[in-house]
Amino acid sequence: MGQILSQIKNGESAVVRAILESSLKVKLMEMGLVEGKKLEILYRAPFGDPIAVDIDGYVLSLRRDEAQLIEVEVQNSATS
Amino acid sequence: MKIALLGNPNTGKSSVFNMLTGLRQHVGNFPGVTVDKKTGRIEIEGKSHKLIDFPGTYSIYPRSKDEEVVYKSLCNPESENYPDAVVVVVDSSNLERNLLLFTQVYDLQLPTLMVLNMTDLAAKQNKTIDIDALQTLFPEATIVSSNARVKLGKQKVVEALASFRERKGHRFQQELNFAAIEDIVAQEQETKIRFEHIRQEMSTIERISKKTVPASRGIDKILVHPIFGYLIFGVVLLIIFQFIYAFASVPMDLIDGAFANLSGWTSSILPAGLLTDLITEGIIPGIGGVLIFIPQIALLFFFIAILEETGYLSRVVFIMDRLMRPFGLNGKSVVPLLSSVACAIPGVMSARTISDWKERMITIMVAPLMSCSARIPVYTLLIALVIPSETYFGFMNLQGLVLFALYALGTLSALFIAILLKWIIKTKEKGFLLLEMPDYKFPRWQNVGITVWEKIKVFVWDAGKIIIAISIVLWGLATFGPSDRMETAAAEAQNEAMKQNLDEESTNRLVASAKLENSYIGIMGKTIEPVIAPLGYDWKIGISLITSFAAREVFVGSMATIYAVGDDSEESRPLIEKMRSETYTDGTPVFSLAAGVSLMVFYVFAMQCMATLAVVKRETKSWKWPLLQMGYMGILAYLGAWITFLILS
Ligand SMILES: Nc1nc2c(ncn2[C@@H]2O[C@H](COP(=O)(O)OP(=O)(O)OP(=O)(O)O)[C@@H](O)[C@H]2O)c(=O)[nH]1
Ligand SMILES: [Mg+2]
Repeated sequence: MGQILSQIKNGESAVVRAILESSLKVKLMEMGLVEGKKLEILYRAPFGDPIAVDIDGYVLSLRRDEAQLIEVEVQNSATS
Repeated sequence: MKIALLGNPNTGKSSVFNMLTGLRQHVGNFPGVTVDKKTGRIEIEGKSHKLIDFPGTYSIYPRSKDEEVVYKSLCNPESENYPDAVVVVVDSSNLERNLLLFTQVYDLQLPTLMVLNMTDLAAKQNKTIDIDALQTLFPEATIVSSNARVKLGKQKVVEALASFRERKGHRFQQELNFAAIEDIVAQEQETKIRFEHIRQEMSTIERISKKTVPASRGIDKILVHPIFGYLIFGVVLLIIFQFIYAFASVPMDLIDGAFANLSGWTSSILPAGLLTDLITEGIIPGIGGVLIFIPQIALLFFFIAILEETGYLSRVVFIMDRLMRPFGLNGKSVVPLLSSVACAIPGVMSARTISDWKERMITIMVAPLMSCSARIPVYTLLIALVIPSETYFGFMNLQGLVLFALYALGTLSALFIAILLKWIIKTKEKGFLLLEMPDYKFPRWQNVGITVWEKIKVFVWDAGKIIIAISIVLWGLATFGPSDRMETAAAEAQNEAMKQNLDEESTNRLVASAKLENSYIGIMGKTIEPVIAPLGYDWKIGISLITSFAAREVFVGSMATIYAVGDDSEESRPLIEKMRSETYTDGTPVFSLAAGVSLMVFYVFAMQCMATLAVVKRETKSWKWPLLQMGYMGILAYLGAWITFLILS
């Protein structure tokens, strides 16, 4: 089931499905957010924004607005 | 030969640069420490080469102001920084993402060296990199591994630099051509293709034996906690200011006393005359006025360097972003604002990492409102002069609290102005925040030491030159006056004293101050006195305001010079005592509580720094912004000081 990264709960893992068209798309891709990449939401700053995400061992912080550009598929937490 | 140092942010480029050149480029555990290129020399087999340290980038295409210099240098063979060879510093613990930039650079067909840095971190995460497999993938690149933090691998890197492999046309991505800087679609396509290719190869290059959870995750639970996060940050700041105040005063008093003694001693051994006066009243107090700031500046930079070196700074950006946004700022604005507490010049420059134009402009415009280290001497002197040294709860010193309050005033007004600017400046684009948060590291004392030392050096040289030059000019203006006005005034004062039957000391004081009043500088001070009188200042303070227009730190030196020239007593007293005993003709002290605090408020707001204005002009590429900045800060200063004086007196 496709979801937007900003909707994922802390501690959940997901796989990047697509980056929505926007001026930030290329920057996000360059920072490693490409299709098929595994993510884990680590924690959110107070007020739920920005969000810290683990991307293959490095931590990226991004605002909710940026997270809304990322379409993901939640991984079954049982398998991870 | 010109060698470029490239790589993702925070991979250790500057560490490698320092390791190779022996220079002391600023290193810190935060992505975006280096915001401009920096050149050094390196000796290889007897030949000297130029090594250029660049800001970190995720690809060769620029996405923010600081990254432009990379594209401009690499993609234009005409550029004066077009390299003959490149060194790409790669974070081994994060290979896949780092390889994007590497493959782009590799395909440029320049001789290329890959430095696999941070090998210790990769090992900690149980990642092993198969160098032979990498070599097969990039047959024309030289590959070495290192740990630049502890200068491991220097020899290997130097050897590799001596024998760059010639390029014969091998490319990682055969049929791909470089996109134009505006062609975002092509760049997206390129990124996609490269990453697909890289990911196919990853399984042969890297093996992860066991997944580990870095210790940083646990620490973060507390440091970015919704409540504790802010609490801790607040406490950290408070502790820093208390420490600066508590620890710096002893060495500062020592320096102050030493220079007063030196002045007295010099005048006692040199023959009386104009030259002696120049030395004892112009040069020595001038130098003393510079050196006295060293303890506080050193402490301030020491703490800032620690915040940065541990990796805490990026957490501060993280928790502050949401709070900064209503002000038209970005979480990343915290770094320029915090650096501006040391000095607005690096602060304004570090705003380059903010990619949104509007957020960047607002940050630049308000950064000089943060109290910089040049204000420290002014604050310190005035606080010691008018604020009693009382202690509450056994550890809260009133003087320290006032200092904290001045910093808070600057910060709050910066936020207030930011909101105003947010309404005024219009843009279509929306700001964003994408920041890597590095793992926590134990601060490397050598890096901290380098930062502190470099900042002190810059301060003593750059600020010192101006301060001493102005001190000397000031001494001249205070010693001489138009035609024989000074002599006439002195003679009159002498007569007046005789009439009143004053003792010798009072006579001398009267004569000295009459002379000063009629010197060139005295006349200037007197001229502006009506303008500053509502703020509670006399003409001597007026003189210091004029002279510190170019740089705030000149204030104390000017005061020292004016009071040294105007001083009559035989032995040299520290400046603060001279100021304390200064009175108006009716006997009320010049430095009353109201006047002192009003002066502090004036210095919180006023834009008295030519160097900052010049940097703002350079960074914004227009005179509009620096002029606007000077204007609004001047108005704030005058109004703020006036209201303060009205309330307190
Ligand atoms: N553990 C480890 N840390 C390193 C190594 N090399 C550098 N560091 C640390 O990594 C941090 C970043 O180093 P810098 O040299 O400032 O990195 P940079 O690539 O110049 O960073 P930017 O200028 O921000 O792009 C510092 O805290 C260094 O002490 C290494 O091999 N291992
Ligand atoms: Mg650097």
